[in-house]
Amino acid sequence: MSDHEYTPKSKIGKWFNDRLPLLTLGSHLTDYPTPKNLNYWWTFGGILTFCLLTQIITGIVLAMHYVAHADLAFASVEHIMRDVNFGWLIRYIHSNGASMFFLAVYIHIFRSLFYGSYKSPREVIWIIGLLIYLLMMAAAFMGYVLPWGQMSFWGATVITNLFSAIPLIGESITTWLWGAYSVDNPTLNRFFSLHYLIPFLILGLVVLHIWALHVPGNNNPVGIDIKKPSKDTVPFHPYITIKDAFALLMFMIIFAGFVFFSPNVLGHSDNYIPANPLVTPAHIVPEWYLLPFYAILRSVPDKLGGVILMFGAIFILFILPWLDTSKVRSAVFRPIYRQFYWIFVIDVLMLGYMGAMPAEGIYLVLARVGTIYYFLHFIVVLPVVGLLEKTDPIPMSISEPVLTGSADPSLARKNNDKI
Amino acid sequence: MIRFKFKTITLAVSLLLASFAPLFGAGSGGELLKVDWSFKGLTGKFDRASLQRGFQVYKEVCSSCHSMQYLSYRNLGESGGPEFSEEEVKAIAASIEIEDGPDSQGEMFLRAGRPADKFKSPYPNVNASISANGGAYPPDMSVLVKARPGGSNYIYSVLMGYEDPPAGMNLDDGVYYNKYMIGNKIKMSSPLSDDIVEYTDGTSATTEQMAKDVTTFLTWAAEPELEERHRTGVKVIIYLILLTTLVYLSMKRVWSRVDTEV
Repeated sequence: MSDHEYTPKSKIGKWFNDRLPLLTLGSHLTDYPTPKNLNYWWTFGGILTFCLLTQIITGIVLAMHYVAHADLAFASVEHIMRDVNFGWLIRYIHSNGASMFFLAVYIHIFRSLFYGSYKSPREVIWIIGLLIYLLMMAAAFMGYVLPWGQMSFWGATVITNLFSAIPLIGESITTWLWGAYSVDNPTLNRFFSLHYLIPFLILGLVVLHIWALHVPGNNNPVGIDIKKPSKDTVPFHPYITIKDAFALLMFMIIFAGFVFFSPNVLGHSDNYIPANPLVTPAHIVPEWYLLPFYAILRSVPDKLGGVILMFGAIFILFILPWLDTSKVRSAVFRPIYRQFYWIFVIDVLMLGYMGAMPAEGIYLVLARVGTIYYFLHFIVVLPVVGLLEKTDPIPMSISEPVLTGSADPSLARKNNDKI
Repeated sequence: MIRFKFKTITLAVSLLLASFAPLFGAGSGGELLKVDWSFKGLTGKFDRASLQRGFQVYKEVCSSCHSMQYLSYRNLGESGGPEFSEEEVKAIAASIEIEDGPDSQGEMFLRAGRPADKFKSPYPNVNASISANGGAYPPDMSVLVKARPGGSNYIYSVLMGYEDPPAGMNLDDGVYYNKYMIGNKIKMSSPLSDDIVEYTDGTSATTEQMAKDVTTFLTWAAEPELEERHRTGVKVIIYLILLTTLVYLSMKRVWSRVDTEV
């Protein structure tokens, strides 16, 4: 950032820029040297920004018509669906948008895990990203409560009850969260307030996330440090902007597919039944993106233990940069880690599946195995593999594996295929 | 290279989708009856005549117990629905007595319904409906199709699923056996029987025909935007595909200045 020289051409531009260097910032953002070998997994940052803005814009419109009251919320959602012009479209974009947001964030996180983007010097980017992820989960959970359907009510009951597992003060905390002696109108009111607040906190963190990114610059599929700017980089605009736009449009096609042709497939049909404190649904399940953590929660026979492990599963990610002992970033050059990476992916998907199933019999056994492996991956596999693994030879620059004219053509070709 | 990447992305997406597929299958009793509904698919539309017949079944049979509180009579004339004419909608509304008020003297009064009125509920409140129906709440039908796993097929199956209970199964008074109901027990007696309704368009009112018609009507009631949604969706996706192609070509052009593939 500091090595960027920029002088506006016009007099007015110079006058303004001397007082508030917005034009310098704009120029920095467009010229920002980006590794030229970024693959499509790197386009999800832009996609996520789009998701956040979509949620904020549709959310603001929905809030103009929604009524946060236990007796009126369900009806006001139906009012949006039936009487508000394009209300159905705005609401379906918002509700499916949450799923698309999580789909994108999971791809973004797993990309980071594969290419070692969380490692030095990018630990702070990673940690800010995790804070965003935590806030996203809070926002999504509270948003799901707002229609005040059966899953809203019972999901809120299950999750807020988790806090009652805290010894001594747990019960008081839960009552304080509810604002009543059960999930009720005060709970709905505060959830609405917080649901409106959190996206703007996320927006602030996104600015920090990008700021922190622009200090060391992007990681890349080869995972090596590169000189910036150099023949290994391209300016952000137009190269990355147009590539991000292309990927975003592909993403929007899938998004539109859900919104227009199966808008309720990602939700639960019980949430079209108005909340009823006297009738408990047969299976209380959270939205799909929280299922792996739900599986971890239920795999522990003790309530407090389950809560600790569930939060532990998220918080262990915060120390990931120090658990992974390997100096090599990209899994492309880490043959052993690469295999464990895919086992981990399968483990998380399996946990998600178990989270959707009733916690009994074989499902419970597999959820327990999955939970144990989840933690083993971080506590044992990452530190040990990092120390023992013999990594593949790493190219000196990005251009080496990309161009066939490198010193070692066979290495170049091999790397080229891998990336 | 690029094709390979999309394959991986597709694979990842489908894996993710598959991982939460079990959420939507679980629930009902037996394997549901499947009907080839006209409103399924990317360009699916409601069968107008079936919607009008379905409304007749709702009005003459269902509405004596089931409310439909989020619909207004005017909805019956809106495009994408049964599309009754303006006069027909006015006549349907006018045939209902609505309590309004208070008037300037503070009294409630009865008046003929207007298209802007919400569907009148058969009971003043939920407790009254439970007490009148042997302890079971006849659910509001506004979004019933969306509120059941299996949707339209489930509603149709339950309507068609009344059978004699299997030998050895004892049912209390006022409880009936239904092949597709969760738990196979239902407190609603079979609502449909041949010719219980006399269709104004001359269609033969078999149980199957009525079940189909009323399910179509209930699907529209739950998703009145369905036709507009499908129509808009097709346009949006065609637009996005065209734009994506243009952006792809521009991207190729821009990146041709660099020695890297995109």
